[in-house]
Amino acid sequence: MSLLSIRDLRVSYPGAAGPAEVVHGIDLDVAPGTRVALVGESGSGKSVIARSVLGLDADASVTGSIRLSGSELVGLPARRLRRFRGSGAGLVFQDPLASLNPVMTIGWQITQPLVIRGVKRKEARRRGIELLERLGVRDAARRFDDYPHQYSGGMRQRVVIAIAVIAEPDLLIADEPTTALDVRVQAQVLALLGELAEERGMSVLLITHDLGIVAGFAQQVVVLRNGRVVERGQTDDIFYRPAHPYTRGLLAAVPRIDADPAVRLATVAPDSPDADGDQASAPAPRPNEVNSA
Amino acid sequence: MTEPLLEVTSLVKSYPGHRSRAVDDVSFTVNRGEALGLVGESGSGKSTTARCVAGLIRPDSGSVLLGGQDVTRARGRDIRSLRARMQMVFQDPYSSLNPRMTVEQIVGEGLIVQRMERRAAARRDRVVELLELVGLSADHLGRHPRSFSGGQRQRIAIARALAVSPELLICDEPVSSLDVSMQAQVLNLFRDLRLRLNLSLLFIAHDLAVVRYVCDRVAVMSQGKVVELGDREQVYGHPRHPYTRALLAAVPIPDPRAERARGHAPIG
Repeated sequence: MSLLSIRDLRVSYPGAAGPAEVVHGIDLDVAPGTRVALVGESGSGKSVIARSVLGLDADASVTGSIRLSGSELVGLPARRLRRFRGSGAGLVFQDPLASLNPVMTIGWQITQPLVIRGVKRKEARRRGIELLERLGVRDAARRFDDYPHQYSGGMRQRVVIAIAVIAEPDLLIADEPTTALDVRVQAQVLALLGELAEERGMSVLLITHDLGIVAGFAQQVVVLRNGRVVERGQTDDIFYRPAHPYTRGLLAAVPRIDADPAVRLATVAPDSPDADGDQASAPAPRPNEVNSA
Repeated sequence: MTEPLLEVTSLVKSYPGHRSRAVDDVSFTVNRGEALGLVGESGSGKSTTARCVAGLIRPDSGSVLLGGQDVTRARGRDIRSLRARMQMVFQDPYSSLNPRMTVEQIVGEGLIVQRMERRAAARRDRVVELLELVGLSADHLGRHPRSFSGGQRQRIAIARALAVSPELLICDEPVSSLDVSMQAQVLNLFRDLRLRLNLSLLFIAHDLAVVRYVCDRVAVMSQGKVVELGDREQVYGHPRHPYTRALLAAVPIPDPRAERARGHAPIG
C-alpha cells in the first residue's frame, strides 16, 4: 500500500498560446517509511509535481490522481486541501528566508501547525523547543522568541524543517532543501532529515538536481526529464546499472571528488529538444567510466 | 623558474560595519598557463579576493601585480591596459549580458574599447572566430541574450572575455547557476581553452569537485584567510588543514556505496 500514490498526473499552466502542459502523465509511489528522490534538471517538472501534491499553485490545472493515505487530493477545494498540509504532508523548500514570515517569531511559526490543531500554547511551545533542540539549534529555549533574521541560513532551514514536521506528517516533501546551504551545513541538515525520518517512520519525497545527495539519502530514485519519467528504480540500480542513456549521461556529467580528473566529463543526452546549440557543438561524450566500480 | 603572471601579496579588505576582515592577509601566485582554484564557503572571502584582483574593488592594503603591473594603483589608461590583460566571467549569465545588445555587439565591444579592431568587417570576423572557439557560430551574431539557454549565455560571456586576448581569466562561480549537463559542457570548454590559448585561470567556486576538475592548484579560504594552498593532488588526496578535511568529508559523492562507507546513506 502506498502512502502517496500518483497516477497519470498532468499539470499545465496558462500561457500566451493557451494552456502549456509541463508534466505529461507521470506515475509515482511512495511507500510508508521510504525515501524517494525525484531527480531532474531545470524544466524536468520535479518541483511542479511536488507543488501539485498539496495544490500550492493556484493557476496550475491538475488532472489525474494524487492519493495521500487513500484520500484523493485532485479536485479538492483549497480549503479542504489545506487540512492535509502539516499533518498529511509537511513541506520544505529551498529558500528558508522566503518560507519564513519575517515579522513573526521563530517560536510562533513553529508552534502554529499545532495551535491550529487545538494544542494548548504552552504544550505547543514545549514541543517546539524540544524539536528545535533535536534539530541541533543550541539554546533553543532562549532563541525561541527570536526573529528569522537573527538566525543563520543553516539554522533557518532547521526551523523550516521543524515547522514541516512538528504536526507529525506521514510524508515530508523536501524541494531542494539544502541547495542554498554551504556544504558542511548541507551534510548536517541531510543527516538530521534522515534521522528524523527514521525516528518517526516518516516517508520523504526529496526533490533535487544533485545526484550526490540522492546517493547518500534515497532508497529509490525517479529520474525526470521534460515532464516525463525516463527511469525509476532502487538507488543502487540507478547508479550502478542505469538503463536509460539520459541517466547514464547525467551520472557521467557530474564532477566527483573521488574520480580521476583527467577523465573528461560526459555531456548529456543526445535527444534533448531544449539544448540545441549546446548539443550541436559539444565534444563527443566519452563512455561512462564512472560507474564501473 | 619564470616569474608568475599574477602575484597577490598580503591582500586586506574590510567592509564598513563588519568587525572581521572580508579578506585578511591573502597571498598567492598564478603562473602562466596555470589554473588556480579558490574554494570556500559563503563569507570566506573568495569573491572579494577575486574582485580585488580584477581591480573592481580597492583593497585596504596589499598588492596585486599582473605581469609586474600594480592593479591596486591603476588609474585611467592603466586600467584600460589591464583590462586587455585580464577579464572576468561572472556567475549569472542572465544578468551579466546586456539584454538590449546583440551577440555581435556584446562580444565585439571589448575590441572597440581596446581599439583592437576598428574596421567593422574585421571585427565581425574576429567575433565569429570567438563564437566558434566557444562552440557557437556566425548564425548567432544577430541574436539577443534572451534567445539562449543558460549554458549558451555563459559561452557568450566567455567569448566576450576572450575577445581582447587576455592572459588571465578570473571566473567567479562560472557554472554554479547551470544544470549538470550545461555545467559539464562549460567545464570542458574551460579545460580546452586553457590548452589552446595557454590561458591562466583564477577560478572561484564553492563546489570542490568542480574546482578539482579544472584547476592544477587550489587555495582553500575560510574567514578571509587562505588556510591551505597546494597542488590538486595534495589538497584533495592529503589535506593538511582540519577545515579542508571537514569540507571534503561533507561533499556528497554520486555513488551510493561510497556514501554508505562514509556513513551517509540509508541501507536498502
